[in-house]
Amino acid sequence: MKLPDKTCPIEEAIARIPDGATVMVGGFGVPGTPFTLIRELVRQGQRGLTVIKNDANERGLGIDHLLANGQVARLITTHIGLNPRAIAMLNAEEVEVEFNAQGILAERVRAGGAGLAAILTDIGLDTELAQGKQQIEIGGKTKLVETALRADVALIHADRSDVFGNLAYVATARNFNPLMAMAADLVIAEAETVLPLGGLTPDAVHTPGPFVDHVVGLAALSEEYAVVRR
Amino acid sequence: MVARAAREIVPGMVVNLGIGLPTQVVDHLPADFPVCLHTENGLSGIGPTLQPGAADRNLIDAGGAYVSTVPGSAFFDSAVSFALVRSGRLDLTMLGAFEVAATGDLANWKIPGRFSPGAGGGIELAQKARRVVVLTSHTDRAGNPKLKAACSLPLTARGCVARVFTDMAVIDVGPGGFVLRELAEGVSLSEVTEATAAPLACPDADIARF
Repeated sequence: MKLPDKTCPIEEAIARIPDGATVMVGGFGVPGTPFTLIRELVRQGQRGLTVIKNDANERGLGIDHLLANGQVARLITTHIGLNPRAIAMLNAEEVEVEFNAQGILAERVRAGGAGLAAILTDIGLDTELAQGKQQIEIGGKTKLVETALRADVALIHADRSDVFGNLAYVATARNFNPLMAMAADLVIAEAETVLPLGGLTPDAVHTPGPFVDHVVGLAALSEEYAVVRR
Repeated sequence: MVARAAREIVPGMVVNLGIGLPTQVVDHLPADFPVCLHTENGLSGIGPTLQPGAADRNLIDAGGAYVSTVPGSAFFDSAVSFALVRSGRLDLTMLGAFEVAATGDLANWKIPGRFSPGAGGGIELAQKARRVVVLTSHTDRAGNPKLKAACSLPLTARGCVARVFTDMAVIDVGPGGFVLRELAEGVSLSEVTEATAAPLACPDADIARF
């Protein structure tokens, strides 16, 4: 038996994203952000997107291009403080922003990936993040119902992939990537190195290949991946 | 005040230092001090901060600073990172603040209509760390007190703050409100009382200086 080859030209993979899609994007700051996949999404120009990402990157980086290009209708995120454009668009109501507690966003995505409907938590009960959310009593204590998140598409950045889509991440570039790679109907992973089958030992795999639909190899890394000089 | 706050860290602790002033606390810890620093984006065992020329592009802290590892560091995903926080494994967090109330309420994520960066991991850190302390300037840029009877901004968490380190004082949040513990060199009791918009108890006749 041989595992199938999922390598795919980037244009073809990104062309599967329709207007109005919900798109999860891995990354926390620069590390783990799939800059090359995002650039292709900007080039193709799909509009009305709901983007789920921890942060809004910084000006001139990553999903800032999607915001600048007017492709994002809604942003589900935890912190946008490093992107003045995102703050300005929020203030001007040019993009709808839903803030989540960071670990709760992670758990909502993980629940979506695990086929669960929601999680129950006391996080944010005393804050405006609780507004409009269902509350239930568990063991005499009030908990918030935080619904699971799934997306039409997840855009993932991996350090290494094999052609089947087994993925491995490095350092703090892991962050939301392995969670989002489980939580979308279509999972597109870019990888800095694409290895033949067997190139990743089974113990070295962070995201198992069955979760991944397309693997895009990165021939070169753009400036966006580099150390940010602020 | 940052140096004073660093003395809050006890050997053996797991500690999360929030974005801004708290991050600078690490510069005041001796190199061989036994502590495990955690950052929300997926690292336990943070090493020294690196200049851009020496940085690893994949290794940052939650504030985006380029950091390093130490022998014994571990990387993990965002769900694991907050499992560590919510399950009570974090002994101490040091956070920044827009406002702290005399009840220990903390506001540090939203100034409606003006600056709404989002709470990031702040809500979970404030709600679940075993001890929450705040490092902040005593007043905002316009000179308005940040320590108040009640927060006017949207809350991060209720009743979470145990102690506040400012450029003027070290202040505990007790059952009855703010309690002055120490004064910065050159700051008088009347100056700190003036700059605090809530009653400030002063039980010690001879206030320690830092």
